[in-house]
Amino acid sequence: MAASPQNVFAPWDDAYEQPLIRFQNVTKTFGTFTAIEDLTLDIYAREFFALLGPSGCGKTTLMRMLAGFEKPTSGTITLDNQDLARVPPNRRPVNMMFQSYALFPHLNVFDNIAFGLKRSKMPKGEIPDRVDEMLRLTRLQQFAKRKPHQISGGQRQRVALARSLAKAPKLLLLDEPLGALDKKLRQDTQFELMDIQEKTGTTFVIVTHDQEEAMTVASRVAVMDAGVIVQVATPDMIYEAPNSVYVADFIGDVNLIPGYAAVTGNRAAISWGEGQPNIIAKTELKAGTKCTFAIRPEKIAISAEEPGDDVNKLQGKVLDIAYLGNISTYHVELAEGKVIKAQVANEQRVARRRFTWDDVVWLSFADTAGVVLTQ
Amino acid sequence: MRRLFLIAVPYLWLLALFLVPFVIVLRISFSDIALAIPPYTPIMDTSGGVLAGLLDLVSQFDLENYWFLTDDDLYWKAYLSSLQIAALSTFFTLLVGFPIAYAMARAPREWRATLMMLIILPFWTSFLIRVYAWIGILGTEGYLNQLLIGAGLIEDPLTILNTQIAVYIGIVYTYLPFMVLPIYAALERMEESLLEAAEDLGCNRITAFWLVTVPLAKTGIIAGCFLVFIPALGEFVIPSLLGGSDTLMIGKVLWEEFFSNRDWPVASTVAVILLLILIIPIILFQRNEQRLREEEGQ
Repeated sequence: MAASPQNVFAPWDDAYEQPLIRFQNVTKTFGTFTAIEDLTLDIYAREFFALLGPSGCGKTTLMRMLAGFEKPTSGTITLDNQDLARVPPNRRPVNMMFQSYALFPHLNVFDNIAFGLKRSKMPKGEIPDRVDEMLRLTRLQQFAKRKPHQISGGQRQRVALARSLAKAPKLLLLDEPLGALDKKLRQDTQFELMDIQEKTGTTFVIVTHDQEEAMTVASRVAVMDAGVIVQVATPDMIYEAPNSVYVADFIGDVNLIPGYAAVTGNRAAISWGEGQPNIIAKTELKAGTKCTFAIRPEKIAISAEEPGDDVNKLQGKVLDIAYLGNISTYHVELAEGKVIKAQVANEQRVARRRFTWDDVVWLSFADTAGVVLTQ
Repeated sequence: MRRLFLIAVPYLWLLALFLVPFVIVLRISFSDIALAIPPYTPIMDTSGGVLAGLLDLVSQFDLENYWFLTDDDLYWKAYLSSLQIAALSTFFTLLVGFPIAYAMARAPREWRATLMMLIILPFWTSFLIRVYAWIGILGTEGYLNQLLIGAGLIEDPLTILNTQIAVYIGIVYTYLPFMVLPIYAALERMEESLLEAAEDLGCNRITAFWLVTVPLAKTGIIAGCFLVFIPALGEFVIPSLLGGSDTLMIGKVLWEEFFSNRDWPVASTVAVILLLILIIPIILFQRNEQRLREEEGQ
C-alpha cells in the first residue's frame, strides 16, 4: 500500500464509501472472441489499482474501455455515477499513459505536456505555470526544449506521465508504463510513481503483466485470466491467501501439492503421496475431498536434524541449490519423487552452510504456513 | 585512395552527365543562329590554335539571346503560365493524393503491398500511351461525355480536351504517384497510438488530424509537392497533347524553338532560364530532404 498506513486506507472495506468507477456485468466481444466476460468491479477514489494477468487476459481491453477507445458490448461502466457509454474519449475526465508513450515527435517536451491543456478550458496565461509544475514534479525542467527523440527512455516515460497528469484527471490509466525500462530504472520508477500518486491524489489504474510491479505499487490487485477477474485483493492477501491455484501459481513462487483432504473442524489432513505423512493445515474451507495445498518456499524451514515441534515434517534429499545472493532456493526431492522448493535467507556465508547436494534434510512448516485450495 | 575513388564516382557522373551538357547548352545560348549543321555559330574555333580559340570563346559571350527573351512577351508569359499551371496542378495533386496516401497507410497491413502496387502499376505502360488514352476519354465524343450524356446529366458535350482543364487532369493523373508515395511513407511510420493520445488529451477527430497527422506528414507533403512541381514546370508532352494551342507552357515554347524554328541558341537560352527558375525549388527540396534525414538520424 503506497498512500497511507494499512489500517487507514481501505475504502473497499467501508460500506458507506461510493466507488469512483463501477463495472457492472461488462462483456466485451471482438467477433467471436470474448475479451471480457460478465465482469463486475469497483474501484475507489485515490486507489492505485493494478490489473494483472498474462497477455491476452483482457486487462488492456478493460483499460481501453475506461479510456473510451472501446465500447462494452453489454453492461455499464460508470465514473462518479455518470454512465460513460456515450462519452467520447476526449470528453472523459480520464487520461492515459500509453505503453509506447505516444509522445508527439514534432513537439518538444514542453509542448507535449501543454498539448492537453491547450485543448482544455484553462486560460492561456495559466498553461505555462501548469506545465512548469508538471516538469518539476517529474524532474524534467532542463529538458523542456528537447524533442522526444533527444531524451532517454526513462525521461520519455516521465514526459508521458507528466502529459497525462497535466489535466489533473480524475482517473489516470497506465498501460504497462514501465515495460520499456530496464530493471533497475523500473524499480526506481515504481517508487517515483507511488510518490507522484500520493502527491497528486489521483486515482491510478495500472495494467501490467509483471507481478512484482503490481505488488510493489498497488493498493489492490486484480488478477485476471481469460476475460475474468479471478481475485481482487490487497497485495499481501493475494500473496498469502490466494483463492485459487491460478492466483497462487501466477504470483510468486509456490509449491503446489495436489491431494485429498479430510476436514475436521478448522483443520484439514491432506493425504497426497504414497508413504508420506498427511499434511496438516488450518483451513476455513469446507473442503470436498479433492484439493491442492499451496505453500510458499520461504515458509518452509530446512534443517539437517529432525525438527522437534513442527506439525508437518518431510524428509528428502537436496537435489539442487539455486544461490541468489541474499537467498538460496533448495530443491528437495522427497522419497516418492516430488520436488519441494524451500527458500532460506543467506544469513551466513555460503562456505558455512550446513548441507549441500545429496544431503538428507528435513523440511518443516506450521499448519498455518500454507493454504488449502479447492479451485 | 579507395575512399577518394568512391567519392569521385558520383562527382564524375555529375560532371559527365550534368555539368558538361549544361555548359554546352549555356555556350550555345551565347552563340548566334547560323545556317549550318549544327545550326549555330561554332562554339570554339580552334583553327588558330587552342589558346586563340579560348580567347575567342570568352570574347564572344554576349547576352543577345537573353535580351531577346525579354523583348518578346511570349516568353515571360509562357514562364508565368507554366509556373501557374505547375503550382495549381501540384495543389490539385496534393488534394487527390493525400486522401489516397492516408487510406493506404490506414489500410490493413496485408493490403498495403497490393495498394502500393496499384499506385505503381501505371508506370509499367508507356507514359505517352497513357496520355493518348486521356484524349479518348476527354474528347467531345469521348467516353466521359458519352457517359455524362448517357446518364442524362448534360445535353451537350463538354469541351474539356484542348483546354487548361485537360492539362491539369493530365498532370494530376501522371504525377499522382510522386505525391502519394512520399506522403504514404510519412504516414505509414506514424503510430496509431498518437491519434489516440491526441483524442485522450481532448482533441476531436478533426483537430487530432490537424495537430498530429498533418504535421507528421509535413515532410512527405513537401517532398511530394516538389516531386510534382519540378517536372510539371517543364512539362511538354501533356500540354501539347491535351492542352491544344491555347495552353502556353515553357516546355512547348522550348520544343517549338528547337524543332520548328531550328533556333538552337534561343532554345538553349529558354532552357537555361528554366533551369535557373528550377534551382530555387530544387535547393528547397534538398533542404527538406536533409532535415528529414537529420530527424531520422536519431
